[in-house]
Amino acid sequence: MISLKNISFSASSEAGEKEILKNISLDIEDGFVAITGPNGGGKSTLAKIIAGIYKPTSGKILLDGVDITDYSVTERAKAGISFGFQQPVKFKGITVNDLIRIASGRDITVSDACDYLSQVGLCARDYIDREVNGSLSGGELKRIEIASVLARGTKLSIFDEPEAGIDLWSFGSLINVFQKMHDNIGGSIIIISHQERILNIADKVAVLSAGELKAYGAKQEILPELYDSMNETCKVLTDNMKEVKA
Amino acid sequence: MTDTEKQLLKIIADMDGEPQGAYNIRANGALQARSTTENIDIRTKEDKPGIDIIIKSGTKGETVHIPVIIDATGLNDLVYNDFLIGENCDVTIVAGCGIHNCGEKESRHDGIHSFFIGKNSRVKYIEKHYGEGDGTGGRNMNPTTIVNVGENAYMEMETAQIKGIDSTTRVTKAKVEAGGTIVIKEKIMTHGTQNATTDFTVDLNGENSGAQVVSRSVAKEHSTQTFKSCVNGNALCHGHTECDAIIMDDARVNAIPQVNANHIDASLIHEAAIGKIAGEQITKLMTLGLTEQQAEQEIISGFLK
Repeated sequence: MISLKNISFSASSEAGEKEILKNISLDIEDGFVAITGPNGGGKSTLAKIIAGIYKPTSGKILLDGVDITDYSVTERAKAGISFGFQQPVKFKGITVNDLIRIASGRDITVSDACDYLSQVGLCARDYIDREVNGSLSGGELKRIEIASVLARGTKLSIFDEPEAGIDLWSFGSLINVFQKMHDNIGGSIIIISHQERILNIADKVAVLSAGELKAYGAKQEILPELYDSMNETCKVLTDNMKEVKA
Repeated sequence: MTDTEKQLLKIIADMDGEPQGAYNIRANGALQARSTTENIDIRTKEDKPGIDIIIKSGTKGETVHIPVIIDATGLNDLVYNDFLIGENCDVTIVAGCGIHNCGEKESRHDGIHSFFIGKNSRVKYIEKHYGEGDGTGGRNMNPTTIVNVGENAYMEMETAQIKGIDSTTRVTKAKVEAGGTIVIKEKIMTHGTQNATTDFTVDLNGENSGAQVVSRSVAKEHSTQTFKSCVNGNALCHGHTECDAIIMDDARVNAIPQVNANHIDASLIHEAAIGKIAGEQITKLMTLGLTEQQAEQEIISGFLK
C-alpha cells in the first residue's frame, strides 16, 4: 500500500512560486486506482512524486508503512515502484531488448521478451533489435514503455496516460494488459487517465483538480458525480459540444 | 605467446588461439605467425616494414586476420600494409592493435594501410584499437588508411577505439569510382587526458558513387576529441557525413564536418551533434532500478554498440 500524507509541491516560474499540489493525502491499497481530472490539475506531478522524480515541498510518502520520502528514483524502483512515462524517452543505440533486459533485471531470451512484448501487441522478433528512437512511431514507443513496466513486475506500477498515442485496435488489448497485470502480479496499479473505458475498469477513482484532491472512492460512487460535475463546469462548452454531437 | 598477448588478441581480433584461414600476427615489431590460403597470399615487404595481402579475384567468404600486439615498453612500430583485392571478391579483413605498456616509455604503433579494391568486390574491414597496462609510458596509435574503391565495389570500414589509447591521430582518405560505395563507421571513447583526432577525406569521383561516414564518440574526464570529415562530390553522387558525440565531465569535442559539391548532381549532407547525456534518459533507466552511474554506463555502451 502507498500512502501520501499531506503532500504539497510548488514550482518556481517567471510568474513566481506556483503551488501545483496542495496538501494531498491519499491511501492507495492493492487494486486498480485511476486518477483523473482536468489538464493541469497536478496528476502527472503526483505520479512523478510517487516515482521519486520530483521531491515534494512538504509531506510524506509511505510504501507498506516504510517512509520513502527521501528515497532516490533508483531506491524507489528497487523498493517496488515502476513508472510508465507519458512521453516515452528515446535513446540512441539502446534497443528494445536492452530496455526489457534492464527492466527485468536479468539476461533475457527472445521468448522472455516475447512474453512482455506480445502483451502490448508487438511481435518480439520484429522489435527486439530495433533502437528505442524516433524510427519507432509514437504508439510503438508507448507500447514498449508499457512492456518495460510489465517486465519489472513490481508491487506498484504507475502509468501516466498510457492510452495517449495508442490506436483504437490496441485500446482493448491495453485494458486487458492492465487487468492481467492486476490478476498476475497483484499489488497496486495507478493509472492516470481521461479515458472513460479505463476509469470503468478501476476499483477506485481519485479526482484531482487545481492541485487538490476533490474526490476519492469506489468507482460506483465517484464516476456518476464526476460526469455530472463535468456538465456543470462550463455551460458554453457543454452547449457547444451538444451542438457538435447533434 | 604470453597470456597478455593472448588476451590482447582476444580483445582486438576476437581470436582464441589460431584463427581459421589467412592470418598474420605481428608482435613487438616482428612476425610471430602467418598462414595463407589458396586465394589469399601474405608477403613480407622487402623495401620497408609491412606486408602485402593479395586476394585473388573471385575469392568469396574468406576472412583475413592481421592483428598487431605490443607488450614491450618503448617500442615504436611503423608498418605499411597493402591490400590488393581482385575483382568480384567478398571478403572480411580483421585488423587491430593492442598495446600493453607497463613501462615508463612510449609504446607506439603507426599502421599505414592501403586498399586497392577491384571491380564488383565487397570488403568488410574491422579495426579495433585498445590499450592497457599500468605503466606511465604512453600508448599511442596513429593509423592511416588509404582506400581506392573500384567500379561497383563496396567497402565497409568499422573502426573502434574503446579504451586506453593516450593519443591517436587517425587519417582516412578514400577515392570512390563509378557505382562504388564506402561506408565508414567509427566509434571512439576517450578518458583521462587522452586525445583523439580523426580526419576523413572522401572523394566521390565516379558517377553514382556514394559515401556514408558516421562517427559516434564519447569523451570523458579531461579528454579531447576532434572530428574532421570532408566529402567531395565530384560527380553525380550521394554523400552523408555524421558526427554524434556525448560529452562528459571536463572533456572537449570539436566537430568539423565539411561537404564540397563540385558537380551539379552531387547530393551531400552533413550532420553534427554534440551534447551531454539527456537527463530524462538517466531518469528513465533509474526508474527501471539502475543507479545513475549504471544508467550512464548503459547509455554509453548502447551508443557505442
